[in-house]
Amino acid sequence: MKFDTPAGQNPIDRMQVVGRAMNRIDGPLKTTGTAPYAYEHHAEVPNAAYGYLVPAAIAKGRIASIDTRAAKAAPGVLAIVTAQNAGPLGKGDKNTVKLLAGPDVDHYHQAVAVVVAETFEQARAAAGLVRVDYARGAAQFDLDQALKTAPLTGGSSGEGSGAPAVDRVGKFEQAFAAAAVTLDQTYSTPDHSHAMMEPFASIAAWNGDELTLWTSNQMINWGHEDLAKTLGMPKEKIRFMSPYVGGGFGGKLFLRTDAVMAALGAKAAGRPVKLALSRPVIANNTTHRPATRQRIRIGAQKDGTITAIAHESGSGDQPGGSPETAVNQTKLLYAGANRMISMRLAVLNLPEGNAMRAPGEAPGMMALEIAMDEMAEKLGMDPIAFRIKNDTQVDPEKPERRFSQRELVRCLNEGAQRFGWSRRNAKPGQVRDGKWLVGMGVASAFRNHMNMPSAARVRLGQDGVVTVETDMTDIGTGSYTIIAQTAAEMMGVPVEAVVVKLGSSAYPVSAGSGGQFGAANSTAGVYAACVKLREQVAQRLGFNSADAVFQGSKVTSGNRAADLKQAAQGGELVGEDKIEFGKLGKEYQLSTFGAHFVEVGVDAYTGATRLRRMLAVCAAGRIINPKSARSQVIGAMTMGVGSALMEELAVDTRFGLFINHDLALYEVPVHADIPHQEVVFLPEVDDKANPMKAKGVGELGLCGVGAAVANAIYNATGVRVRDYPITLDKHLDKLPAVA
Amino acid sequence: MKAFTYERAKDARGAAQAAARPGAKFLAGGTNLLDLMKIEVETPTHLIDVQDLGFDKIEKTAEGGLRIGALVTNTDLAADERVRRDYSVLTRAIVAGASGQLRNKASTAGNLLQRTRCPYFYDTNMACNKRKPGSGCAAIGGYSRQLGLIGVSDKCIATFPGDMAVAMRVLDAYVETIDPAGQRRAIPMADFHRLWGDHPEQDTVLKSGELITAVTLPKPIGGKHFYEKVRDRASYAYALVSVAAVIQPDGTGRVAFGGVAPRPWRVEAAEALLPQGAAAVTARAFQGATPTKDNAFKLPLATRALASVIAQSKA
Repeated sequence: MKFDTPAGQNPIDRMQVVGRAMNRIDGPLKTTGTAPYAYEHHAEVPNAAYGYLVPAAIAKGRIASIDTRAAKAAPGVLAIVTAQNAGPLGKGDKNTVKLLAGPDVDHYHQAVAVVVAETFEQARAAAGLVRVDYARGAAQFDLDQALKTAPLTGGSSGEGSGAPAVDRVGKFEQAFAAAAVTLDQTYSTPDHSHAMMEPFASIAAWNGDELTLWTSNQMINWGHEDLAKTLGMPKEKIRFMSPYVGGGFGGKLFLRTDAVMAALGAKAAGRPVKLALSRPVIANNTTHRPATRQRIRIGAQKDGTITAIAHESGSGDQPGGSPETAVNQTKLLYAGANRMISMRLAVLNLPEGNAMRAPGEAPGMMALEIAMDEMAEKLGMDPIAFRIKNDTQVDPEKPERRFSQRELVRCLNEGAQRFGWSRRNAKPGQVRDGKWLVGMGVASAFRNHMNMPSAARVRLGQDGVVTVETDMTDIGTGSYTIIAQTAAEMMGVPVEAVVVKLGSSAYPVSAGSGGQFGAANSTAGVYAACVKLREQVAQRLGFNSADAVFQGSKVTSGNRAADLKQAAQGGELVGEDKIEFGKLGKEYQLSTFGAHFVEVGVDAYTGATRLRRMLAVCAAGRIINPKSARSQVIGAMTMGVGSALMEELAVDTRFGLFINHDLALYEVPVHADIPHQEVVFLPEVDDKANPMKAKGVGELGLCGVGAAVANAIYNATGVRVRDYPITLDKHLDKLPAVA
Repeated sequence: MKAFTYERAKDARGAAQAAARPGAKFLAGGTNLLDLMKIEVETPTHLIDVQDLGFDKIEKTAEGGLRIGALVTNTDLAADERVRRDYSVLTRAIVAGASGQLRNKASTAGNLLQRTRCPYFYDTNMACNKRKPGSGCAAIGGYSRQLGLIGVSDKCIATFPGDMAVAMRVLDAYVETIDPAGQRRAIPMADFHRLWGDHPEQDTVLKSGELITAVTLPKPIGGKHFYEKVRDRASYAYALVSVAAVIQPDGTGRVAFGGVAPRPWRVEAAEALLPQGAAAVTARAFQGATPTKDNAFKLPLATRALASVIAQSKA
């Protein structure tokens, strides 16, 4: 199905199943521990041996020698694979750095070897006996140093964000110089780790030259293709499966070393092998969100009209890597006649930087939305009024392009009313509650919506059961449920009559999970397949498919009616199709909007910040399942609090690693940090997006939260911190004296 | 994790004797030791499980204090009615640490023996005199935001990470032990943890095989009890700085700091200055401190955290 004109009335608009706050259909499996995650396919693979990774002990250099004799002689050891005996390996298209070191080492904890043994304990013990000698090479680990000579670059996150090297509209420098009120500030965000709950894990089983892989991956087709490329074998010989994923946040968009090393280990051992990365290895072995250094300049007239806006960002990555596209939202979020954005990319020998939830916008909004707060204060304006003053209904770079929907102003106003914004004291450092300095902050929320082709197959069985097959993944988001809702709505059956099968390369290629594009696109693909199936049903029943109504497990056309399952009496019916997108997404700018409101208390003595309450108001097209969408948004808000207050991969610039590489020292919020969250979805349908009239929302919930927290802290203390995370040490010396 | 042998001790002296052999370690709750064994920071060859030794009671002492068995869990100790009533700084410190699940498993003795959380100690590719004597200290000149600033040495700048011991230090607790010869002694908490000096691999003054049997608390001292723990997140994090304090109605009292040194940091001459305010106390308590660029904030933070406690004591 080609989607190239705005969606008209369609069966989804009935909203009998879609749009309802439904519990997850996979909930009982998860709460009883019976949903098999990547490491848990015991039934399919009862005889797996265990792999354990040997990670590189240096960040950059060369493996001088590997001595595996002691490890080989250890109890239970079946095989040891290193680059020396792995055979020729390719590199996946989506991997910047190869997944097995040797002879060169590209980053700390890059895989050097896998040890396969009868038991997990034996593999782990033997891995400790592999002796590797290294020769360290020259390297650059310091972003600030490297950015001094880094070139301009364009780039894309590959999942919804991108920008050219330099993007100019009008004459920024002249307009900025002439502006009545100006801001010129720099902001920094640190490296972030995805820190998802389920570690990277895979089970590999060979049958002759055919490989079956269970893994934990957000994008089945990307992983499938890159595994084939890495192993140098035809894709058709690999089955690649991820039926359940315990979180990914972008870290599992790509093929990672657990899959490759499990496959190599299984081949060498002649046994299926399961391999999980231990927690201390994950931060450096896998990808991370790169740190940024951002400069923002805003010039405005005295009435608050922005006349000049510039956003420059620098980040670093491995050779051949890509920038963190932190300037992306600044192209679209606010009006202003004269604009300039640019990015620089430094070469660093830290682990590979790559996408993490809302790549680009997440760190970009952390900077831009502080800058807007600072500018509002300079103008003597309320920060909401300043944002509304500079709202635009068209792409500021290409005014002929309208936003398909843009309800930013309504989000801000609705949120202000619900949150009690009028009670905020505009003068910072004024509100006290016992020992707490109390402040409120606001930020816009913005994240682009991305169209992605997505295919599905839908079967109608003789028993009337509707079965959906697509390689879409459920990474904890609720994909199973919203796909069931979509098929139930389209086929006129209750959700209980729908079976959803996901996460296998045996199924049609979907959008996958990433860039908040999963829900809208994968359900649109299921919609397309259901349209095909409905035509077959009508045809089989001899009904006119154009006016057939699917409702209550029946099909009616004119004065004729039949049970849906009657259509399958002569044999199962199968509809398969793919949603594809025309130029609507170019003619219109598809984006999602919202507003984040935060109230914090800052301990007047210690400077520690504790969240008091937060609210997100989102306008993101049709909400397919308000319950799972809310879960996405509150999870994202929590992640935003983490980025504002605590999350930071600490770089040791001498040795080139993230030294706080476990969950004791890389802190993410715990329950006690998040006392109160509220989420409001404005009613919206976006007929330019897809037949579901839905857009993404899972990353919108993150974009802006960090700045809203930062602005609330400033409102509480009167001390502005522009360097995330805003830990107490960054403002302690400027807080009022207490002793 | 390296392979090891395992035995379950039947009596305390036998356990001490078994532990005197090289490479042996006691195992109680295992919440720290087993984690460190998995990443080969700890590589004992023999574990002596002491869980059957019966040191699981909290009893009154003849002096009017409490004797806390070495195996009393952190949860049970924090919840004990007498502790909550007479030694609430201890309850407050314990519940500020770890998580409910860990406190259910962790023992009193094990809590005292937990090892530092210095990230360089945890990464076996990094030089660490505490993990591998003589190998150097990668933390010096590295990421040291969490690390120590007083009582440290040019060999090691790690901290003792616990909370419970900070409260016990303020309460003048004693650590009771038995050695392989059957000799018993009581070690003042003040002396129990070592300053690193040239031997950061030795966390405590315990001798080879010496087994903790109990911690005793002297009779209650009254006053208002506080444990102010400052950290980046609201729970489940090590202290950047913590303050254990017992403040009397006249403004005198006792105070010890956590998160700053190889041991709970209490300077009696400093706490004598409590009536003069927090700044006077910390100026004396942290005389000679050697902070790094990353952790220099702990000095004003300690003062401000103590000021918070003093303000609360007057409320």
